[in-house]
Amino acid sequence: MSTATWVTESTRFERNIATSESAWVKWSIIGIAVSFFTLFLLMPLLAVFVEALRKGVGVYFASLVDADALHSIQLTLIAAAIAVPLNLVFGVAAAWAIAKFDFRGKQLLITLIDLPFSVSPVIVGLCYVLVFGANGWFGAWLIEHDLKVIFALPGIVLASIFVTFPFVARELIPLMQAQGREEEEAAIVLGANGWQTFWHVTLPNIKWGLLYGVILCNARAMGEFGAVSVVSGKIRGQTNTMPLHVEILYNEYQFAAAFAVASLLALLALVTLVIKTWVEHRVEQAMKQSTEGASS
Amino acid sequence: MSIQVQNIQKRFGSFVALDNVSLDFPSGELVALLGPSGCGKTTLLRIIAGLEQADAGTVLLDGEDASSTHVRERQVGFVFQHYALFKHMTVFDNVAFGMRMKPRNVRPNETQIKKKVHDLLNLVQLDWLADRFPAQLSGGQRQRIALARALAVEPRVLLLDEPFGALDAKVRKELRRWLRKLHDELHITSIFVTHDQEEALEVADRIVLMDHGKVEQVGTPEEVYGHPATPFVYGFLGSVNLFHGRVEDSAVWVGEDAVPHHNTAIAQGSEVYAFARPHELEIVTDPNRTDGIKARVNRVLTFGVSSRVELDGVNGATGQHFEVELSQPQVQALALVAGQIVRLLPSRLKLFERSEAGLGVKR
Repeated sequence: MSTATWVTESTRFERNIATSESAWVKWSIIGIAVSFFTLFLLMPLLAVFVEALRKGVGVYFASLVDADALHSIQLTLIAAAIAVPLNLVFGVAAAWAIAKFDFRGKQLLITLIDLPFSVSPVIVGLCYVLVFGANGWFGAWLIEHDLKVIFALPGIVLASIFVTFPFVARELIPLMQAQGREEEEAAIVLGANGWQTFWHVTLPNIKWGLLYGVILCNARAMGEFGAVSVVSGKIRGQTNTMPLHVEILYNEYQFAAAFAVASLLALLALVTLVIKTWVEHRVEQAMKQSTEGASS
Repeated sequence: MSIQVQNIQKRFGSFVALDNVSLDFPSGELVALLGPSGCGKTTLLRIIAGLEQADAGTVLLDGEDASSTHVRERQVGFVFQHYALFKHMTVFDNVAFGMRMKPRNVRPNETQIKKKVHDLLNLVQLDWLADRFPAQLSGGQRQRIALARALAVEPRVLLLDEPFGALDAKVRKELRRWLRKLHDELHITSIFVTHDQEEALEVADRIVLMDHGKVEQVGTPEEVYGHPATPFVYGFLGSVNLFHGRVEDSAVWVGEDAVPHHNTAIAQGSEVYAFARPHELEIVTDPNRTDGIKARVNRVLTFGVSSRVELDGVNGATGQHFEVELSQPQVQALALVAGQIVRLLPSRLKLFERSEAGLGVKR
């Protein structure tokens, strides 16, 4: 590893007169980017916090500790706590299968994993209602056994799982493909069994990518609106998640309260972003180390 | 432990990687599988290890059919071309891996493991690197660690897949001498795959030459180099000069030129490939001589003690290039100039009948 002053490719080009653009081109492009960023990203984010605190800090905290608000926060956390670990397991299993083995229908599996990205979340919610709803395929059987899926927690979890399914797998597949099978083969020849190979060799190699996938998956699971709004029935204090609660408050002209809950979601997004940036940095370093390892 | 492979067949789609290969690897020998890329040598090695499944045929380890034995129970040590060290583990943990993965009832305790790892690291002379990570090592060091790791589980055979392929020329030379020495100390049955004939000739007890999924010749380095069984083997082991000719009387005719030969096994009138190594050709500048094959001097290269003369064929051998190796005094005595017409006289000529030698000789 070189410890000399490290200059990135782009800075090197930027500092060189022969490869840099004239000042006005540079500054107008930067100007456009910054104003776009301010107008469409920064201002709405600021607006959330400004609106939330418009009626004072008292109202802000009062709307957060309101029973319905607390319940919606709790429900969101529970749904994410179930959906994210399940998708972690599914995602790792799918990526492992796709990256390390050859089998019939591999392409179909890859396409299926991407399905949640291409289907509108509202349609997904409707599909669940058609399958598990009172008049759906399993409706009668579910009622008979006193099981509630639609308009209850299981439905919300199912919808969240579907919508966030691709995040972990999508993150891991290219990573695992790039790493190849050699280390696993080395482990097996050395006498490790399947589980030991996964735990001691595969997992440490993908941990940063996996964490990154999980963070994205979690952010989406907590923020999901469309699919969840269809299956939850929006019963206040029972099946309202945070995004749904925000919408209801807003529709009832309780702007300060709506923005207060929304600010929580925004804060969550910001925290996620910070963690994500940190993880990305770690991934980059890990990659740099491994490519250096492979090249010499 | 001895290894036998019998009638191994392997295809990848329509590509035949191994075509009915049977081989015997006696106990304690260091054998090289030598051939050009795509000849099936790595596939054969992986089948012996169990990392690949043969379409047909059997692998016998110590006389026992290993087809149903899982890779992890075959007790083979495998060294990969790109080392395959565990990047996130220190050198120590890499070497200890095999021992730590053993079932609890046969697993050595940490003190035993520690001792064993340091013994192995001393064996590969890298004990001082125990706490480093693979990324902090040079290529040659990594490959020695990979070897120590493979030896840690006390394998019955050692399989090395182009172990020095990713290293630069100097380190390569050093490491192959070192591998030979290590083998003389351990006497573990070893097979190593290489496409470098020099490496195979220098290191191995025996060489298996392969091409297009078939075994071309098996023998000691002296045997395969001195008595190549096929045109492929001749062409693959070192530089060659090739003449297309016809046998008549006691000469090989290349166009209008003739060179004498004394091989009575080849029928009169048959078409042959005639091979001579660069040092087996003599350059004759006397314009009155009529024997030998006419050629035009292209250029003379001198480095070190020997010189290389590159020539272009004329007459019957137009379009072909020849290479002659001479000592510097010889070259000076001949005083060759570019464009000069000379005659080439082989001191030794190896003939193969054309029918049996249908395959192209790459060189």
